[in-house]
Amino acid sequence: MTQEAKNIWVLVDHRGGKVANVTLEALGLARKLADASSQEVWAVLLADDAGSVDTERLIACGADVVLVAEHPKLDAYRDDPYTDVVTHLVKSYEPAAFIIGATSSGKSLAPRLAARLRTGLASECVDLEWDGEKGLVAVRPMYGGNVLATVETPEARPQLATLRMKSAPRPEPDTSRTGRVEKADLSGLEITDRVKLLEAVETGGGEVKLEEADIVVSGGRGVGKPENFALIKALADACRGAMGASRAAVDAGWVPYAHQVGQTGKTVSPKVYIACGISGAIQHLAGMKSSDIIVAINKNPDAPIFKVATYGIVGDLFEIVPLLTEEIKKETA
Amino acid sequence: MCMKQVPETTEVKIDQAQNRVDTGGLTRIINPYDTYALEEAIRIKENSGATVTVVSMGPDEVDQSLREALAMGADEAVRLSDPAFEGSDPLATAYILARGIEKLGDYDLIICGRQAMDGSSGNVGPGVAEELGLPQVTFVRKIEELKEGYIRLQRMTDDGYEVLEGPLPMLITVVKEINEPRLASLKGLMKAKRVTIPVWGLSDLGADPSRVGPSGSPTVVAKVAPPPPRSGGEIIEGTPEEQVKTLVAKLKAQKVL
Ligand SMILES: Cc1cc2nc3c(=O)[nH]c(=O)nc-3n(C[C@H](O)[C@H](O)[C@H](O)COP(=O)(O)OP(=O)(O)OC[C@H]3O[C@@H](n4cnc5c(N)ncnc54)[C@H](O)[C@@H]3O)c2cc1C
Ligand SMILES: Nc1ncnc2c1ncn2[C@@H]1O[C@H](COP(=O)(O)O)[C@@H](O)[C@H]1O
Repeated sequence: MTQEAKNIWVLVDHRGGKVANVTLEALGLARKLADASSQEVWAVLLADDAGSVDTERLIACGADVVLVAEHPKLDAYRDDPYTDVVTHLVKSYEPAAFIIGATSSGKSLAPRLAARLRTGLASECVDLEWDGEKGLVAVRPMYGGNVLATVETPEARPQLATLRMKSAPRPEPDTSRTGRVEKADLSGLEITDRVKLLEAVETGGGEVKLEEADIVVSGGRGVGKPENFALIKALADACRGAMGASRAAVDAGWVPYAHQVGQTGKTVSPKVYIACGISGAIQHLAGMKSSDIIVAINKNPDAPIFKVATYGIVGDLFEIVPLLTEEIKKETA
Repeated sequence: MCMKQVPETTEVKIDQAQNRVDTGGLTRIINPYDTYALEEAIRIKENSGATVTVVSMGPDEVDQSLREALAMGADEAVRLSDPAFEGSDPLATAYILARGIEKLGDYDLIICGRQAMDGSSGNVGPGVAEELGLPQVTFVRKIEELKEGYIRLQRMTDDGYEVLEGPLPMLITVVKEINEPRLASLKGLMKAKRVTIPVWGLSDLGADPSRVGPSGSPTVVAKVAPPPPRSGGEIIEGTPEEQVKTLVAKLKAQKVL
């Protein structure tokens, strides 16, 4: 691909008509980069029937163009058809950069795409900038969050990046923005489809997603036993947040792995992270250090978690957590 | 299966002058995610009589991890190494691994970890799949069925899981949930000590020199820095009731409640 490549693309991650928050965050960020470099932001929407997705909202959130690719094989995310179609679009329009949300499908598609296009990919970025000469400059954590690396793709285009959830603010929709919807021509394109999706099972059951929650309340070994996690859950519910856990609590079988925060679990970056009975091991910190506000409740004043906590309460979680739940319920009623 | 050796990541130091991460002197271990990949491969072998070959790209020290893999139950190990491979980014690494796997020949299933603990890009597995033209399934948490030319598996998603089926050969990347890795036995370790591990370089692989090392790597790491320090904040004093009231007042003042 040539150096003349232009415009910043954002892949629209959607399911059942609902667009993922990280897509909106990426649109907001792309808008900022595009404004600084006189480029357009394109929202790239793959679907079997794009009618279910609100394209006006994509434009209000920063897109100049919504590029729609419709095909029966794009009914649900699968690596083969998505890679084939996106490759075709990239070759037809030659974008300069392409931002994909670091969701389970985005993290599967982006590296496959990078290999097919033989271009550079910066994974799970926490920030993206635009440089007049270098184009996309990506900031991503390495070594379990102990290092922040700046990754560049000097020559190859498009420059690919996956963006971690909640790394950029969600834009306020501006309904006065205008843009156009363009239909991509897929006629004659051969689309492979080797892996079949038999079933998609949701296990969260309507709970707030850990990575998307504004408030995360986590419990550790200090919670003591599985039944006591009801206290943590009650506080999370009172905050309308999600429940997390340390690996010690997960390994003990008190909470399912899906709740684990840390180096070998999920990375969260909520507005408030409340750690209850968690010592603050470096592998745990790797998953929550970038939260805006950290609250630690721990009975040991020397626990390392206090070194990163914005607010610390030295005390017994069995006393503090129920009081806190009540106080929050009272204050937010 | 593809195995990477990584440094223990808890105490990495940054070499400011060289603008790189200084990993000298750190304990080197099998990438934790790759222990799940290896365990899964060995379980398949135990159930089906398949053979397990471990491929790793890296310097001499990697032999120690390959021996550990043999002691766990792998049948063969190959190391890919050449001065020309140094400075390979995930794309170049995937290219090299794919050439190594191609040279090994006959394979039904390639298993990678979901990501490496050091660079943690998660890019190499899908890169190898693309390079070999294979279908892929990432973030596999369970293999439900495996038979001649066919696999059915569960893939972890953000809010649950999917059940997928597809043809073999295929490349999969696995998550921690898939199994509980065994430890290498002492006897196995003793035996593995005596094994000579073949080392294949650029010419053994018949690899294109322009696709390895810096020339085959579209990305460069321009800078490494420690994350912005987070200083300890304030300890809230008082009786439990007072502590809780103060905390809620502070959170409300910052409009986060
Ligand atoms: C390769 C590797 C990967 C890892 N990945 C992760 C990961 O992803 N996530 C993770 O969390 N860990 C991870 N760990 C484990 C990590 O090193 C710690 O062992 C773990 O985080 C400890 O969990 P904890 O804080 O709940 O338990 P502990 O360290 O045992 O701490 C419990 C804390 O609870 C406090 N406490 C006890 N009772 C009370 C009470 N009644 N009221 C208030 N406080 C109380 C204690 O003072 C103590 O500070 C990993 C380790 C390794 C080696
Ligand atoms: N140098 C390497 N040698 C062998 N396998 C590797 C190497 N680098 C990465 N891999 C494989 O690719 C997976 C993902 O690594 P990464 O893309 O670096 O996060 C790892 O879990 C390994 O299975």
